Amino acid sequence: MLRYVIRRTGAAIMTLIAASIVIFAFIHLIPGDPVYVMLGDGATPDQVAALRARLGLDEPVVLQYLIWAGNALQGDLGHSVFFETPVTQVIADGAETSILLATMTMVWIVGFGIPVGVLAAMRQGRWVDQGLSGLAMLLASVPTFWVGLYLILIFAAGLGWFPSSGYPSIFEEGGLANLRYLVLPSIALAAPNAALILRLTRASMLDVAREDYVRTARAKGISPTRVVVRHILRNALLAVVSAFGFTFAALISEAVVTETVFALPGVGRTVVQSILRRDYPVIQGVILIIVCLYLVINLLVDLSYRMLDPRVELE
Amino acid sequence: MNTPILSVSDLVVSAGRNLQIVRGTSFDIGPGEILGLVGESGCGKSMTSLAAMGLLPHGIGVTGGKILLNGADITHLAPHQRVKQGCGRIAMVFQEPMTSLNPVLRIGDQIKEAVRVHDRTASPPARARELLDMVRIPDAAHQLDAFPHELSGGMRQRVMIAIALACRPAVLIADEPTTALDVTVQRQVLGLIRELCDSLDMGVLFITHDLGVVAQLADRVAVMYAGGLVETGDVVPLFAAPLHPYTAGLMACLPDPTSDDPLLPTIPGSAPRPDEIKDGCPFAPRCSRVQDRCRRGPVPVAFNDLGQSARCHFPLNHEVPA
Amino acid sequence: MIRQLHALVGPVLARPLTALGAAFLMLIVLGAVFAPLIAPFPPDAIDPVNRLLPPGGAHLMGTDHFGRDTFSRVVYGARLALLIGVGVVAFALASGVPIGVLSALYPRLGRVLMRMVDVLMSFPSLLLALGLIVILGQGVFNAILAIGLIYLTTTARIVYGVALRLRAEPYVEAARSMGAGTWWVVTRHILPNMISPLMVQASFVFAFAQLGAAALDFLGLGAPPDVPSWGNMLAESRIYITRASWLLLWPGLMIVLTAFSLNLVGDWLRDRMDPRFRDMVRK
Repeated sequence: MLRYVIRRTGAAIMTLIAASIVIFAFIHLIPGDPVYVMLGDGATPDQVAALRARLGLDEPVVLQYLIWAGNALQGDLGHSVFFETPVTQVIADGAETSILLATMTMVWIVGFGIPVGVLAAMRQGRWVDQGLSGLAMLLASVPTFWVGLYLILIFAAGLGWFPSSGYPSIFEEGGLANLRYLVLPSIALAAPNAALILRLTRASMLDVAREDYVRTARAKGISPTRVVVRHILRNALLAVVSAFGFTFAALISEAVVTETVFALPGVGRTVVQSILRRDYPVIQGVILIIVCLYLVINLLVDLSYRMLDPRVELE
Repeated sequence: MNTPILSVSDLVVSAGRNLQIVRGTSFDIGPGEILGLVGESGCGKSMTSLAAMGLLPHGIGVTGGKILLNGADITHLAPHQRVKQGCGRIAMVFQEPMTSLNPVLRIGDQIKEAVRVHDRTASPPARARELLDMVRIPDAAHQLDAFPHELSGGMRQRVMIAIALACRPAVLIADEPTTALDVTVQRQVLGLIRELCDSLDMGVLFITHDLGVVAQLADRVAVMYAGGLVETGDVVPLFAAPLHPYTAGLMACLPDPTSDDPLLPTIPGSAPRPDEIKDGCPFAPRCSRVQDRCRRGPVPVAFNDLGQSARCHFPLNHEVPA
Repeated sequence: MIRQLHALVGPVLARPLTALGAAFLMLIVLGAVFAPLIAPFPPDAIDPVNRLLPPGGAHLMGTDHFGRDTFSRVVYGARLALLIGVGVVAFALASGVPIGVLSALYPRLGRVLMRMVDVLMSFPSLLLALGLIVILGQGVFNAILAIGLIYLTTTARIVYGVALRLRAEPYVEAARSMGAGTWWVVTRHILPNMISPLMVQASFVFAFAQLGAAALDFLGLGAPPDVPSWGNMLAESRIYITRASWLLLWPGLMIVLTAFSLNLVGDWLRDRMDPRFRDMVRK
């Protein structure tokens, strides 16, 4: 097990290094002088020289990378050209919103996707199953921002149950009640991913139900509920757990759009605005952090999968 | 024979509405007796055993006949319903020991689960250890914590038997339990089944396609062909002088080390699928003794003095009744 | 004749929803081809007097904030949807198939190429596309490249998996042992057997390209604002949703129905394909 952890962590670090090179190379792939692109045509030669020096663009490329990566390791991702504050500060400002949004979304995905997937599998072929499976496929075909706009139209503009946009911190006035700002965005964000988990749970339940050991469990004379919970569900969830890394990646992509729809002050919207503002250090910094997070989560998913399944120790 | 503990009469198992997989099979098993149910793959022997266990797959069901366990009708009851109604003393061991145990649960937990259902008075850990001792697993206390993948095929099959014994079964159904095992391990497991049958006075329905295993293990034999029994009888006379041409054909297919002929004899043709069976004797198209009337109408059962019976118009070694 | 008819009608009756989806896709293709004949107004005809008209009368689906006819724009939007879909699928296949096949045939090269694919896959898909847009600039063609890059990775992975499995097939081994060249093995054994997984993958990629393009349009980083794409229509309608909710309905419905139909067709193709490869084509 320890050897596996080391090998797997090593592979993740290699991927991270390669990804960081891609992220670093990005600024050099932009046509034209990035400094002029960032500052606009009205920049004075002094400003250009200052930014050039700050970004270290006068050094050889390899050295530039090493400096950038070295700084990143020490928690320095450079400065935002737009805000003139450290990139880490810009990311930290959006972190609360994004983390809470992701958590709330995961609650919907797990709380809805898995139980409903189990229900569909237990009613296999009946109308409940066909209806739910059809609904899941439909949800997977709906753009998140469209769901978001309709949620705003119905529950914010129409019924007035939830706010339509923005998010004040839970540490400010309103406290935990401010979480209501995240209800509609998290539902919009959860919809396609919950659909995916639903389909996966159902398929995996049906696969496991065909296994010989489920027949053995039935032969013991234990109740059908116990067969489902202890023997089918437990093994089926192994496959579902392994899909959570993928779900997380999908979540980040869609969070970029969702945060824009609901004007949430999160990291995703920061990326979009930084792209429109040509604030390259922020774009690089955010993407680097997200890739890091993605690799860590995939690593954890992989390791927990291995801990849940006693067979893999032998391999 | 004593009063039977498992009595199957005129059992019909169908897939969907009208495709009969088992067509009117009857047999009895007494305490301490091993009945070997023999047949080629696809002849319906596994479906017969699953019907007896109440574990027929989705879409397949019992559409006729009765299954009685110690007189109680268990025909349409699933295992958990049998337990609830106090007639759950029947258990089964399956063919594939490698896949029949839940890979993520310790074997002790899998045995205790069965103990808790059937034996509310026993202490599950103590009883689980006792069961592992009964199936001759060395170092039982330690093995309870093992996961299935840590055990060999033979050991896993012993665990399966231990799980089956948890309900103190009156009848044990064993569906090809040794087919997937090495020959030496196979012998040990067969020996264990014989021993448990005698010491617990338990009836055993032993399903196999291997006549050699039957000859070695069974007290009585039932030969199945195309969903129906063609011949039953005590093992010694049946092997000495089969009545049905199909049984005789099967035995001729056993390798004979003393023979000079390098080729084994075979039965021409192949067994019909359930949807191909027509009126008359299903073996007629392949039978060397076939006559016109074999192809029409029901076939009578012929008996002899040794308790053997065969569903045939023209049985071997037998005077045709007038 | 009757048998031929039956062969045609049978599958339709077996999966009526999939048949409806296929029919809808045909409709989209026809709409795209004959857009000038179907659309009652030019898609960019501005009519300030008739702004934000509800559906009805001359404007079947109402008008937008410039008085442009929504129905005409939806019909022309089908052109862009097809262009994006075909473009992304073509790019993903043209790049992913060679990468996957080469990786399977030459393990040493494969380790490098698949490692690179892994690195690209460690970027969340939309961020990868956005990064490419920043480098290339905004535009329809660049949007196709950016979304295509996402599906280059998944396509290469699938092709690699299928090709590896095919390479180990006894008949391929036999052909190689009898001296068949690499080119022969690829064209005779590997590519023909790959058609059905690739068709399944293509239909899913086509579906998700619609969603990806809509997201880029919505962020203002996809097709230029003057192009009548469904995503652009949704992005523009955003501020008017309380006053003119129909602007939100029609283009969104087109995206959903197109993606849903493609998913149905993809599922149908997957159910028909070789079960050995079914697990490899994930969604």
